[in-house]
Amino acid sequence: MHISEMVLSFPVIGAGFAATIAGTLIGLLRLDPDKIMTTALLGAAFFVASLIHVPIGGAQAHLLLSGLLGFVLGWAAFPAILVGLVLQAILFQYGALTTLGVNTFNMAFPAVVCALTFKPLLGKTPLAHPVRTGIASFLAGSLAMIGSSLLTALSLAFTDEGFLISAKVLVLGHLPISAIEGVITIAAVTFLAKVKPEALFPAKPRPAFQTPPLSGE
Amino acid sequence: MFEEHFCQHDSMVHRLDPRARVMAAFCFALFLAMTSSFATAGVSLVLTVGLVLLARLSLMSVSGRLVAVNGFILFMWLFVPATYGGEPWLSLGPIDISRQGVLVCALITIKSNAVVLLFIALVNTMSMPTLGSVLSWWGAPSKLVQLLLFTYRYVHVIGREFRRLLTAAKIRGFSPRTNLRTYRTYAFLAAMVLVRSLDRAERVEQAMRLRGFTGQFHGLAEFRFQAADLAFCCLGGLSLLCLAWLEWMA
Repeated sequence: MHISEMVLSFPVIGAGFAATIAGTLIGLLRLDPDKIMTTALLGAAFFVASLIHVPIGGAQAHLLLSGLLGFVLGWAAFPAILVGLVLQAILFQYGALTTLGVNTFNMAFPAVVCALTFKPLLGKTPLAHPVRTGIASFLAGSLAMIGSSLLTALSLAFTDEGFLISAKVLVLGHLPISAIEGVITIAAVTFLAKVKPEALFPAKPRPAFQTPPLSGE
Repeated sequence: MFEEHFCQHDSMVHRLDPRARVMAAFCFALFLAMTSSFATAGVSLVLTVGLVLLARLSLMSVSGRLVAVNGFILFMWLFVPATYGGEPWLSLGPIDISRQGVLVCALITIKSNAVVLLFIALVNTMSMPTLGSVLSWWGAPSKLVQLLLFTYRYVHVIGREFRRLLTAAKIRGFSPRTNLRTYRTYAFLAAMVLVRSLDRAERVEQAMRLRGFTGQFHGLAEFRFQAADLAFCCLGGLSLLCLAWLEWMA
């Protein structure tokens, strides 16, 4: 899923950085300063969850959960995924830094679009309409992944027309995994709606707490 | 669960100013992304191998990292030479291996490994808090730097929490297979990790407010730009110029 270093052409790298900077700025501007810690820990949780390898036939695929991430974080998905990819590049040397812009956009944009499209379908009480909730979650989970693989394929195809067939293989290879993502997203959204609805529908932030200045300052 | 081997050594490279190291790595990577000749790529690979040697990193773990990085490259080698088009170089039954396809893959492999080695030598040799300070020194938004540092701080904790949940599931007889039950179990595991991290975020946030955190982050890293750093920057700039000349000649 991640495009590694030096595969893409310079214009594609530049466009990726521009789009990621724009998305990250929107995400940061909309991010309440009181929610930084929550966003950071959710980002860490998604980072850990993406290390889960699920069996699929004889092979294994790792989860992405970007549909769920969009549901929980909204626009903050952009900075959260950017941070996750930097961490990944530093901790595992997996993924890459020059393609950071492209990879962040390819993952975050479908997540945000799917969240904006399908989250309203959950309504205020997702558990009251299990079928509607299920369909919305499945679509968000699987379409976010398909969207990411399509964007990855487009980045390759725009770099070099000779990569076109490889790009198609990439998208086809992700189709079965995206169905599993959808199923997992249904179960996870239902679980969160039961156990911790605040995760899906954050409460209004508390009024900011003013710390009195230290004496002597 | 996540280990950083490379920042705990000491060497000439480790002692260089982190700001200069990040800057050099970034400029070099962007430059290499623009080049398309084997000469430039080959010389860059030699240079970066030299840097890794100078940083005195364990070659075992460096090559371990390289294996992980080359997964995507392997995918390209599997599909691109056979589907690139252009003049055929080798025919294997119905498949024509194209000459250009092989050349493109070879170039990408060399360049990609050069950049990864460069980042291992220059960026992975600093700790994450230092990288955070470098980013904020360069004017990255403070919210973003805080996100990075808090995520880094808690990714280990949450990783352990996930391990604990997984152990609990295994003790109860969970063994992953291709079925709905497995997927549901993993979904509940992931969702439970999210719930735990939300609860933890609240506790951490309260503890930080209690200690007077007002949203300002004070880094402890102090940067000093010394003669060695100046020499490093000059050498870096010089080698970039030489490489640019090489690229232009090729």
